[in-house]
Amino acid sequence: MDFINHQLFIKDINVHIDPILPKKTAIITHGHADHARFGHDHVIATRQTIDIMKIRYGDKCAKKFTPLRYGQKYSIKNYDFTLHPAGHILGSAQVLIEKNNHRLVITGDYKVGKDQTCKNFKLVKCDTLITEATFGLPIFQHPDPKDEIQKLIQSVKINKHNCHIVGAYALGKAQRVMNLLRQQNYNETIYIHGSLEKLCEYYSKEKINIGKFEKVSSKDKNFYEGKIIIAPPSALKDRWSRRFPNPIICMASGWMTVKQRAKQQGIELPLVISDHSDWNELLDTINKSKARNILITHGQEDALVYYCKKQNLISKPLSIQGRSDEEIE
Amino acid sequence: MKKFSFLLHNLILTPSRNTKIKLLQDYFKKLDINRAYALAILSNQLSFQFIKASRLRELVYEKVDRQLFDFSYDYVGDLAETISLIWPTQKDGKSQNLSTLIENIEKIKKSEINKDFGKILSQLSNNERWTLIKICTGGLRIGVSERLVKTALADLYNKSVNEIEEIWHGLEFPYENLFKWLNNEISKPKIDFKKLFHPMMLANPIDEEKDFKRLNASEFQAEYKWDGIRVQLMVSSKSVSLYSRTGDNISSAFPEIIENTKGDVVIDGELLVGRNFKPSSFNDLQQRLNRKKASKDLQEKFPVFIRAYDILFYKGKDLRKLSLFERRKYLEKFQKENKSNQIDLSSIIKFKTWKELTKYKNNFHDDLNEGVMIKLKNSEYLPGRKRGYWYKWKKNPKLVDAILMYAQRGHGKRSSFYSDFTFGVWKENELVPIGKAYSGYTDKELLVLDKFIRNNTTNKFGPVREVKKEIILEVAFDDVFPSTRHKSGVAMRFPRIHRIRWDKPINEVLSIKEFKKEFKID
Repeated sequence: MDFINHQLFIKDINVHIDPILPKKTAIITHGHADHARFGHDHVIATRQTIDIMKIRYGDKCAKKFTPLRYGQKYSIKNYDFTLHPAGHILGSAQVLIEKNNHRLVITGDYKVGKDQTCKNFKLVKCDTLITEATFGLPIFQHPDPKDEIQKLIQSVKINKHNCHIVGAYALGKAQRVMNLLRQQNYNETIYIHGSLEKLCEYYSKEKINIGKFEKVSSKDKNFYEGKIIIAPPSALKDRWSRRFPNPIICMASGWMTVKQRAKQQGIELPLVISDHSDWNELLDTINKSKARNILITHGQEDALVYYCKKQNLISKPLSIQGRSDEEIE
Repeated sequence: MKKFSFLLHNLILTPSRNTKIKLLQDYFKKLDINRAYALAILSNQLSFQFIKASRLRELVYEKVDRQLFDFSYDYVGDLAETISLIWPTQKDGKSQNLSTLIENIEKIKKSEINKDFGKILSQLSNNERWTLIKICTGGLRIGVSERLVKTALADLYNKSVNEIEEIWHGLEFPYENLFKWLNNEISKPKIDFKKLFHPMMLANPIDEEKDFKRLNASEFQAEYKWDGIRVQLMVSSKSVSLYSRTGDNISSAFPEIIENTKGDVVIDGELLVGRNFKPSSFNDLQQRLNRKKASKDLQEKFPVFIRAYDILFYKGKDLRKLSLFERRKYLEKFQKENKSNQIDLSSIIKFKTWKELTKYKNNFHDDLNEGVMIKLKNSEYLPGRKRGYWYKWKKNPKLVDAILMYAQRGHGKRSSFYSDFTFGVWKENELVPIGKAYSGYTDKELLVLDKFIRNNTTNKFGPVREVKKEIILEVAFDDVFPSTRHKSGVAMRFPRIHRIRWDKPINEVLSIKEFKKEFKID
């Protein structure tokens, strides 16, 4: 495993995984901004991740694109690369690197639980596992997302004269919330913040069931009574949200597990819906991967490193620049 | 329990006072034994002495790896929430009534606490577990004051909140007479006012810019604000009792007051330590606080007296509806009739303009008062912190520049932020900590400090981070005392961060020697 360094850089062949700065060859696990950046020479990723990058940064955000199907092999010298579903968002992938019979998996962001908006996580056995640890503490045990979405539906039923603004990341989480609402037979039009429009259209085109949606445009305040509006978290505290009648501020995120965090952010209706693995899923993945060597990237790595060491696994944290402690999702 | 924990969950998350009232009213539409328990909990009248934070830790360590728990607690910053989240849940747990649950807990034998209480925790949902632990450890911190609960009840049942306030301290769990009265089944409960603690009238901090323009100085009287503890003294021919500001009976700790007071009055005043009515420091007073009894020796070393501010009852007559001006006459009358070595009167400061009052407020030669009180002469004695009647005007704090040394994540609303700061001054070429503060900064300053700490950690000791020594904090504090417990030999009273001194280099910070000299500590 010594062929890759703590910045997820393979010097031997000049390949980076999810680099923050523009590089020659970049393998991109998924389209979130802390993983997919503008300006690489050559991007290798799933077709959907490439599509998403083009939507967000323009068609020319890299000089060359190589789309890979899940499981399709791509070789550079004696390194074989394959992408495998990570279950995080549409197009998200884990990267398996094989060299001289050593199998190394970089999970990227991943979630084990079921999700209709993307291909579900596939466990890949390996010798070295580089896993994320966003929710790497035993307090994080994500509830069934269906129960969480029911809380929203119930609140909409009870508070007829309010509108509900749900904070959700523009890529992935927003569409998952919409899909979960549809699964629970919520059939009304869902209103979205303008920044979500292109991505929602893309999800629809990819045949993900997010139902009928419309960009917020009406000037009539009362129009939004009883409606569900989805917006990126940054818009919740912005002037933008003042146009709505008695808004109830909701947030769909794994962080909502902790009441005090919800309160700090002024969230009245927290919905614990996460696109990352919870504590038990992280442990389960580590154990089932059969890897002896566990490297832990961004998140709450201390507890996970401690756990691995107790299991006699070789483990250490990797701190990757540009991924801060707590803001990622 | 489900309903009550859902109520608390919603109360903690809603910022709006009106929504809180609405939530409370929805819950208290029915008045039954569950609501009685809820009322006792919301007004801090129910707690389980035998289940303390340390016991809960013991319990959770039986279930969860200690290290993993500590990591989690550091992250969450709230014991109840950490335990409730990390506790392994039994999926088939049945929901119990609040009353049944509490009665079951009260039945637990001391020897069986770990087993039985652990079992109860396992049967609850996350949210119920959080609620139960909050109840046990006391201090809900859900942004709901006792007053708000009373307001919600009063509005819901068409009573005035002052009526509830008046009888409140005479009520007892399970509040049968209160509930019947609210439901109009009986008339207002009769309370024996002589035996009852009367909620105190409290002051609001003055807003120098706004209030002094608005308020007419001639309508107010001023007194020194003494640095002791506020008490209510109830005197009758049969008994004398002393209550703290929160209504706790603290008579047994101050026998000299109880034994030597005569008359038939209820007095509001400040309990101070000192001889011949000359108060000594708060540090001395602390020797007498938090004790159930006081030995003869202690009484001799640290004698206490009461500096009377106000009078509520005089010979059975309720004076609370009279003006402060009128009440003062009764207070003086009482003092003349009952000469005592234990009670003197708070003197009234003569002043004509607000400007003139400033010099009394900042009277630095006398460290024993903490500013002045400004009271409307016309004011009735109103329970609680009503606006527009009484103001407190604290003197300017003492200030010192110190270097940020360590930081720790805060609790409650500041969990996740590095918001507890330890700061120090020079001792030769080293730094020695002189205090710890977790308030005073603005939200913006907190963000800056939090970021600095994350990016400039040089060492970690469990949850504590040591940081690069380059930030200077101007620390405000009320007072500083010699202390044998701290390495620096000093202990500050109420230190808080006044501002960040971006302009000052760290070598200009005082040495501990200079610090002690400046604030007169030997």
